[in-house]
Amino acid sequence: MTMSDLELLAWLRGPGLQWSLIIFIAGLIFRVAENLALGRTPDLATPRSPVFAAGLATVWRRSLFHPGMSYRGYFTLIAGYTFHLGLLITLFFLSQHIVMFRAILGFGWPALPPSIIDFCTLLSIAALITILIHRITDPVVRSISDYQDYLAWLLTLLPLATGFLAMHPLGMAYIQALTLHLMSVEVLLIAIPFTKLSHMASIFISRWYNGALAGVRGVKA
Amino acid sequence: MTALAAKAINAFLEQIDAPTASFFTSCTHCGMCADACLFYTETQDPKYTPIHKLLPLRRIWQQEYTFWGWLMKTLGLSRKVSDEDLSQWEELVYDSCTLCGRCSLVCPMGNDITYMIRKMREGMVAAGHAPEGLKGAMVRAMETGSPMGVTLQTLKAQIVHAEQETGLKIPLDKSGAEFLMLLSSAEIAQFSEIIGAVARIFHQAGVSWTLSSKAFEATNTGIQIGAADLAAELVERIISAAESLQVKTVISPECGHAYVALRYEGPNLVGRPYPFKVMHIVEVLDQLRRENRLPIKDRETTRMTFHDPCQLVRRGGLEQPPRALLALVADNYVEMREHGIYNWCCGGGGGVSANERATPLRLKVFSRKKQQVDALGVTTIVTACSNCRNMLEDGLEHYHMDINVVGLTETLARHLDTTSTGA
Ligand code: SF4
Ligand code: SF4
Repeated sequence: MTMSDLELLAWLRGPGLQWSLIIFIAGLIFRVAENLALGRTPDLATPRSPVFAAGLATVWRRSLFHPGMSYRGYFTLIAGYTFHLGLLITLFFLSQHIVMFRAILGFGWPALPPSIIDFCTLLSIAALITILIHRITDPVVRSISDYQDYLAWLLTLLPLATGFLAMHPLGMAYIQALTLHLMSVEVLLIAIPFTKLSHMASIFISRWYNGALAGVRGVKA
Repeated sequence: MTALAAKAINAFLEQIDAPTASFFTSCTHCGMCADACLFYTETQDPKYTPIHKLLPLRRIWQQEYTFWGWLMKTLGLSRKVSDEDLSQWEELVYDSCTLCGRCSLVCPMGNDITYMIRKMREGMVAAGHAPEGLKGAMVRAMETGSPMGVTLQTLKAQIVHAEQETGLKIPLDKSGAEFLMLLSSAEIAQFSEIIGAVARIFHQAGVSWTLSSKAFEATNTGIQIGAADLAAELVERIISAAESLQVKTVISPECGHAYVALRYEGPNLVGRPYPFKVMHIVEVLDQLRRENRLPIKDRETTRMTFHDPCQLVRRGGLEQPPRALLALVADNYVEMREHGIYNWCCGGGGGVSANERATPLRLKVFSRKKQQVDALGVTTIVTACSNCRNMLEDGLEHYHMDINVVGLTETLARHLDTTSTGA
């Protein structure tokens, strides 16, 4: 280990993380604002049901399984939920992460035992791999995928994989694994606003619009 | 490759509003919308995946409105939309989409894909890409008032016919009536029994109504092809007739697209709210039912089901009224497995029926409706849209199925107790 390795790690934990967080948050806000700024013409038709509430109801309803879903639908929702939940639990309940959140936010919360976190991380990684296989083998999904879908997949996988490596260094120095982990996290944070990963913010707006547009017509979308 | 003219690009850009940009931003390319679309399920061809039908619009949005897309375009790493692309997409945007709205109901991101296809058609028309069949219907609608070229003479002949059959006077241009009843060309030309049916029900219920010689056509080809200016003009004709006759309510006939055109799109097309109310005929009938003004003399014993017209139910919000009305007369009523807002389209909405080129595909994908109907063993399908009715008859004949298709209004009229002295 050389001094510059430590310097790099210090930079990644300090200004590197700070800047990527700033780009992530400001970028997402910008992305949403940019979409909203396009506006839409006010609807002059007399609505059948309260539009704002209809939008909110759809934000919730689209999180559920619904009748008439196909195999592809079940796969998408189950694999999607598994991946997202595994990721979020790992992100918010690993004790090392909570230390970092405490440093940023000024407060923390109880952590989950490492074995549970390990399980969640591996589950999340397994879900991602299944999703990739599905993307390549399913004729519909493959035909509508572009390079961004694969790029986004890789950018999402790396922090999980390197994080797991940092917790279980296999022939690799902890410092190096941690460095890779921080790098991949920061690249991901910066990429989110510029790629389809910004769906993490726009999903709520899209669902609301869908519900509101249907709400004018008295339809529970 | 002919790069798209700036004018055409602008026509597409004009269509991109906050919901559209948000929908494109959210799409994760999961493919769930494919299973909602009968053009995909019945062909298993991935090109019919709903979101794929929007690829040119999406690419224009990406290149013009997102940093990443702009960068890629500037570096020459992403291809611009060409005129050839649009020729190729014409089939996807028009022939294989009935604007049925089913995809918009299932997208986990909440994308209203149908809303965007409707918008994309505006850009397609501006760029000079619309099917000949629809263009012809558009010209006829502007020139004769009817997309099928049905004239006032034909209507008058049908009125005389209905008057002889019912012994009732059918009011035409009666100023001060409460309701102005519109019709669809298909009704005037093929299902004219509707005129007598409405006359008998309204007479029995004591409803004051009229037809108009200035505006008898309710359908709006401008919306189906994607020409907002022409669509607005068609709506203006109805507004002006309704205003000059001073009616309180305009009734959309048994036609799904006509209803959505008039009820939800119309005020936005002309840029002002109406001075009158718009109701679909099934809403009016349901109101009469609730007021006990719809006396019934006997009931139907044949096994029947209801085909939900997409625009009436999934895109119109009228799932309950037809069912409440059918409950008055149907003893042996069954629902299709997917019904209400989840119903499958007849395959001919959104201008597909006027687009002759699309007929083979339309008949192929009717297999979805066939399966739904086969599972029930019904002898009669009731519906409340003359276009659905036409498409159902056509599809059933194509698949050699011996099933009756009837309109809801006439079904009720057939069982109306005309001896009742009212509520
Ligand atoms: S279902 Fe929605 S998110 Fe999935 S591919 Fe279709 S439009 Fe995109
Ligand atoms: S609106 Fe209906 S026909 Fe059109 S793409 Fe969606 S599901 Fe298919």
